[in-house]
Amino acid sequence: MKEIVRVAAGQGFWGDDLDAPRRQVEGGQIDYLMLDYLAEVTMSILQKQRERDPSLGYARDFVGAMESILPAVLDREVKVVANAGGVNPRACAEAVRSVGAQRRGSKLRIGVVTGDDLLGRLDDLMAQGHALANMETGEALSSVRDRVLSANAYLGSDPIVEALHGGANVVITGRSTDTALTMAPLRHEFGWGAESWDQLAAGIVAGHIIECGAQCSGGNCLYDWKSIPDLANVGYPLVEARADGTFVVTKHPGTGGRVSVPTVSEQLVYEMGDPRSYITPDVIADFTTIRLAQDGENRVLVSGIKGRPATDKLKVSVAYRAGFKAVGTLVYAWPEALEKAQAADRILRERLDRLGLKFDRVLTEFVGANATHGALAGDRHDAPEVQLRFGVRGSDRAAVERFTREIAPLVLNGPPSVTGFAGGRPKVEEIVAYWPALIDKSVVKPKVEIIS
Amino acid sequence: MKVRLLDIAHARSGDKGDTANVGVIALQPRWYDVLEQFVTRSRVADHFRGMIEGDVERYELPNLNALNFLLHGALDGGGTLSLKTDAQGKVYSTALLRMVIDVPDAEAKRLALPAVR
Repeated sequence: MKEIVRVAAGQGFWGDDLDAPRRQVEGGQIDYLMLDYLAEVTMSILQKQRERDPSLGYARDFVGAMESILPAVLDREVKVVANAGGVNPRACAEAVRSVGAQRRGSKLRIGVVTGDDLLGRLDDLMAQGHALANMETGEALSSVRDRVLSANAYLGSDPIVEALHGGANVVITGRSTDTALTMAPLRHEFGWGAESWDQLAAGIVAGHIIECGAQCSGGNCLYDWKSIPDLANVGYPLVEARADGTFVVTKHPGTGGRVSVPTVSEQLVYEMGDPRSYITPDVIADFTTIRLAQDGENRVLVSGIKGRPATDKLKVSVAYRAGFKAVGTLVYAWPEALEKAQAADRILRERLDRLGLKFDRVLTEFVGANATHGALAGDRHDAPEVQLRFGVRGSDRAAVERFTREIAPLVLNGPPSVTGFAGGRPKVEEIVAYWPALIDKSVVKPKVEIIS
Repeated sequence: MKVRLLDIAHARSGDKGDTANVGVIALQPRWYDVLEQFVTRSRVADHFRGMIEGDVERYELPNLNALNFLLHGALDGGGTLSLKTDAQGKVYSTALLRMVIDVPDAEAKRLALPAVR
């Protein structure tokens, strides 16, 4: 058994730095590269892509990333775990295989994890009494069933571990938890049992710390932000883990950013609910047991983590069509920029009323005055400029479309000192909303195949 | 003595559906008790009155010198439904750090808390 296993993060979401995976495999020694591509809304975008072309529906950036790191995977035996498969993990694996085939003697063994996709089984599951009630509102899924685009269970680490045991050097999953991508390699290497709750919880915490890429190594860090060096060349994080469940968070030498107790603490509290119960399919981790200590420059030692048995449910993410929205903006300049923007808002509302347009929601923000901090921002009546930001949402696409024609006229027929309209009319966007639910673990059957 | 949270803590915020979370971390470990004592659930609910539609919950993480607040109904429906600039609640963090708390002078002096400027 290795004494230390190094898992590096190379992607925090689909759209993250394209070059980060290559920098992570070339910048120093690592054993595993973990790539997280799936945010909540990503699955529905991928589902729409697969509807148009059955060979799509996965994060195509991953194929480019694999091309850039292929030498490291083949020659230095760095293994890759990624949830890039989206709603079509097999097609993703095929695309990666053709990249591998370009190199003579390529020994890619690709593990493909499926079984998370519940879309084809939804009606059966609902008929069997699985209400898939919305975790926030309690509403049954039947109320939006005819508008559902995708439905995926969040799988835990089991199938990834199985693929690694089977000899895969690249594991591609669909909807798995972000944290499992880091924890599975540690389970595989250290042989942590399915009831080693403290170690499993440590793997989850390691995953939580690095799953957002550089957000734990100096990116988006408020603590002493001006002193964080060289973010242009920011080092993405990696963990050096031991079998006992302790690990060090660090980054490659010669990179920018910073790994310190404050930068790691900020990431630990990110998107946190009840810290005593961070629920995953594998284990419930207790974040109030985490100990952090600086362990040299750009090294933070993490220890003390406790876990307890997981629940018998899996989280399901359902995406459904939820109407339309559009947001238009105009910029008003000093003097009295805010008053001018407020006057334009009143005029616009009156005109929309007169047109008889009905929306579920109309929201005005004054960017530069109160858009993000509301009344807490205080009096900004002397701002150099204020952006009027006006949004509508509703189920009637025609009404939202009509609204988009009402912004530009204000340039000539509204309050003065107005500019910033060069982008043209706002675009109408179809809303794909997210419906979180729970389902019994026993009805979800993960599947692993290995192709080479 | 009046103390502004920005001068004694840092923070990061994020989202879960229509709920924003704000993790507030003391800049010095010995200042954690001040956060725990004065940045109460009801004080935070007052702070955000008019900005959020639901309740506020508070959790303590003394191990990280941090408090975690859940602000329910803070994101205009959240995610893709939201019309807000800050649909993911990314900057509720600094909105909370605007809070000014009143710490007894003796305690403020003992802990060398910076007075609000």
